[in-house]
Amino acid sequence: MARKSSRDRLNNEVNAGSMADIAFLLLIFFLVTTTIVEDKGVLVQLPPWSDEEPDITKLNTRNVFSVLVNANNELLVRGEPKKIDDLRADCKEFIMNPNKLENLAEKPTKAIISMKNDRGTKYKAYLEVYNEVKAAYRELRDEEAQLKYGKEKYEYCTKTEKREIRSKIPLVISEAEPSNFGEEN
Amino acid sequence: MSKFQKKRGKSSPAISTASLPDIIFMLLFFFMVVTVMRDSELKVKVSTPNATELSKLEKKSLVNYIYIGKPVEKFQATYGTKPRIQLGDKFSNERDIALFLEKHRSSVPENQRGAIKTSLRVDQDVTMGIVADVKTSLRKAGQLLVNYSAKPKPK
Repeated sequence: MARKSSRDRLNNEVNAGSMADIAFLLLIFFLVTTTIVEDKGVLVQLPPWSDEEPDITKLNTRNVFSVLVNANNELLVRGEPKKIDDLRADCKEFIMNPNKLENLAEKPTKAIISMKNDRGTKYKAYLEVYNEVKAAYRELRDEEAQLKYGKEKYEYCTKTEKREIRSKIPLVISEAEPSNFGEEN
Repeated sequence: MSKFQKKRGKSSPAISTASLPDIIFMLLFFFMVVTVMRDSELKVKVSTPNATELSKLEKKSLVNYIYIGKPVEKFQATYGTKPRIQLGDKFSNERDIALFLEKHRSSVPENQRGAIKTSLRVDQDVTMGIVADVKTSLRKAGQLLVNYSAKPKPK
């Protein structure tokens, strides 16, 4: 019998064939545990806390675009019941006031969106309204960017251009404390 | 000449699998890098509403999360079915928010503290009462940058 010497260098390699299996095992583990979380949302800047409520009644009413959402998730825009689908167009018209109407904002810098809701309002309805208002402003800024700088979108502008547009069409949303209507779940 | 001998008798050579581990390792590393291990178990059910005006949250370390929703079935016996606030991995109420924010703030380098954002992951069926309470405590705590977490609207 030809005994193999343990010092035989030729046969002394570690078998790497199972390496793939081990790697597969790890791979499957990570595949299963991975949750690629979508972390997207509507970014807002809350106003700093002050003990007294800001008084919007002393503002000129033509400059205030009030949006109320009640506990049944119905909209009341400037005293009239409205649908959410019309809100964006209404909001844009109010801010820019293209026909120089008496009852719409004097100029974009003076326009204020005032939002109020009940404690029983669904969060979904609230966010929808907020989203529409933000969308209206985004569209106006896009238009401004196109007109002034020939850029397709506001976000493609440079920093100074953005600042310029922002100062021309500032986003001012005032949110009142919710009133105690409606059933909370 | 033997150089041009036909290899008729031989079976076709097997494809070398020597590089297979390398390919798998490459995939493995990709998933390892992409994976975010969830540090807190969700105890409330959160299904965020849809929106269009979304912005991405960058820098995970500068974001803290507040969850609002109904407790999941497992906890409904002890915590009921009313919407609750979850901070970190436990149920809380809005009075704990200031402390929670302060804890997170202290873990962030001082020069980046102004950029801390709070991500509000709120279930779409929750009513505004509890959300308003949370917003009030956020404002009182001076945490003004808030992100209402939402899903992109399907086209």
